[in-house]
Amino acid sequence: METGWLTLSPEEWTAVALSLKVASVGTLASLPFGVAIAWLLARREFWGKSLVNGLVHLPLILPPVVTGYLLLLSFGRRGPIGAVLEETFGLVFSFRWTGAALAAAVMGFPLMVRAIRLSMEAVDTRLEAAASTLGARPLIVFLTVTLPLSLPGVLAGMILGFAKAMGEFGATITFVSNIPGETQTLPSAIYSFIQVPGGETGALRLTLVAIAIAFAALIASEVLARRLSSRIEGR
Amino acid sequence: MLSFDLRQRLGDFHLDARFSGSGRLTALFGVSGSGKSSLIALLAGLSRPDDGVIEVGGRTLVDTGRGIFVPPHRRRIGCVFQEARLFPHLSVINNLDYGRRFSGQARDPKAMARVVELLGIGHLLDRGPSALSGGEKQRVAIGRALMAGPRLLLLDEPLASLDEARKAEILPYIERLRDEGDIPIVLVSHSVAEVARLASDMVVLSDGKVATSGTVADVLGRLDLMPEEMRSEGGAVLEMQVTSYDPRFDMSVLEAAAGRIHMPGDCGPAGRRLRVRIRARDVMIATGRPHGLSALNVLDGKIAAIVESGRAFVEVHVDCAGSRVIARITRQSAEGLELARGCAVHAVVKTVSLDSPHPPHNPEVT
Repeated sequence: METGWLTLSPEEWTAVALSLKVASVGTLASLPFGVAIAWLLARREFWGKSLVNGLVHLPLILPPVVTGYLLLLSFGRRGPIGAVLEETFGLVFSFRWTGAALAAAVMGFPLMVRAIRLSMEAVDTRLEAAASTLGARPLIVFLTVTLPLSLPGVLAGMILGFAKAMGEFGATITFVSNIPGETQTLPSAIYSFIQVPGGETGALRLTLVAIAIAFAALIASEVLARRLSSRIEGR
Repeated sequence: MLSFDLRQRLGDFHLDARFSGSGRLTALFGVSGSGKSSLIALLAGLSRPDDGVIEVGGRTLVDTGRGIFVPPHRRRIGCVFQEARLFPHLSVINNLDYGRRFSGQARDPKAMARVVELLGIGHLLDRGPSALSGGEKQRVAIGRALMAGPRLLLLDEPLASLDEARKAEILPYIERLRDEGDIPIVLVSHSVAEVARLASDMVVLSDGKVATSGTVADVLGRLDLMPEEMRSEGGAVLEMQVTSYDPRFDMSVLEAAAGRIHMPGDCGPAGRRLRVRIRARDVMIATGRPHGLSALNVLDGKIAAIVESGRAFVEVHVDCAGSRVIARITRQSAEGLELARGCAVHAVVKTVSLDSPHPPHNPEVT
């Protein structure tokens, strides 16, 4: 049997590389916010907590197209946030790969926050109390006790966010369209292939790549999580 | 110097406690539910009183009237909790160093060496907390609290989760801390034996209130002021000195002006000072010198007071050369023997009823 059909074309490579870039940047850039929000939800009582919780989970419940359209309205060049960001930082989202990363981050955010929050809630607050009686300020307690002890959850959150980002389609295509080399991620590329006659082999190739990446991420997270938890238990 | 005057309502429980003292080691004593833990959380700054004042060493930590509340990380109160609470992701040495490092104090290898030596934890430094026994964990937790440079040390039932052998392992370290250190200590305990052995002063908490407080000898001697639930544990506390040890019977002899006491086990070298608690219910009174008696300890004295204790019992306070020994006997016996103030009597104590600081040798216990 001929195996030449397995070789990716340059356009397909571009889509795969772009997807990896978009998902990685989206995940890493949203991580600090994810950790902060998760900590707020896990450890603090404040007015409007349920509202924050609801907002964070909104992308999980809304149709992705709606999320993408909302992003277009607010982060588009004429949107209230998009205009400010372009003026002050020169940061443009609409129809750029950065927009795809933003869409990926927003869609993965609820999953990331959820995983981190759960593992932070599992950290014994009595250890935090002990740390404060030893003279550590609240920020230090967070950095030296809460965060290290919830690292497995942070890692799980990152993997979940990354996986969601890799698969994100609806919000991305609504917000930044489907421009090869700029915003055409792996799912968009597969979608495009299926739209044209004779594109099935390309779609199949990219599907195999998507499966491979998903597996690699899963195995990497397993290995890392095991190492982390054995370090946390102090062996 | 520690003083507090606190009120806090937690559900149905109401704490209203007032105390001021400057003992080397003050015991907070009470049964579970008496408010010890609430009080400790308030002192450490882990909870806020509804209203009240806390002062430690002349520094006001809480004064609700003036709006003062110093957060826990600025109180410099070292805490040792019942469950040790070591950081599981840090090695023993990093646990010890945590307080110094994260409260911004300079590195002091001498202080570290002193603490490590004092607690005998030198061989544990590179281990993780999960590889330690319960007693070792508590010693590391004490070291960790000391290394943070505290002005007051709170020990919240550090022995409660340990078995007898582990307790016996920790007790001498707490004694060294009391005798060699200069940090005042507050020890929470529900064991009278522990309090009698370790504490100089005690505060008895009952149902959220301070039932009585004072030196350990005074408090344990005033059975009439004690809450009902601990009255059977009350009695005299005598300062005594070890004079000899007889390995043949595994028995030590201790002496004080009051007389001589036999204590089971090896109580250490001659000259060592020990506190001996003699429960009032374990003391018999004889009007003549007893003969043919198995009890080894007979202290001679004069009756200083007879205190009624309900209809069935009386407490006979016997003055033995300046020290007071208390006997709880039936009123029937007291009348039968025609006991009265000034009578010369003999107080008889079974050696078996004394808590030895060093349990008798037993080959099965390592």
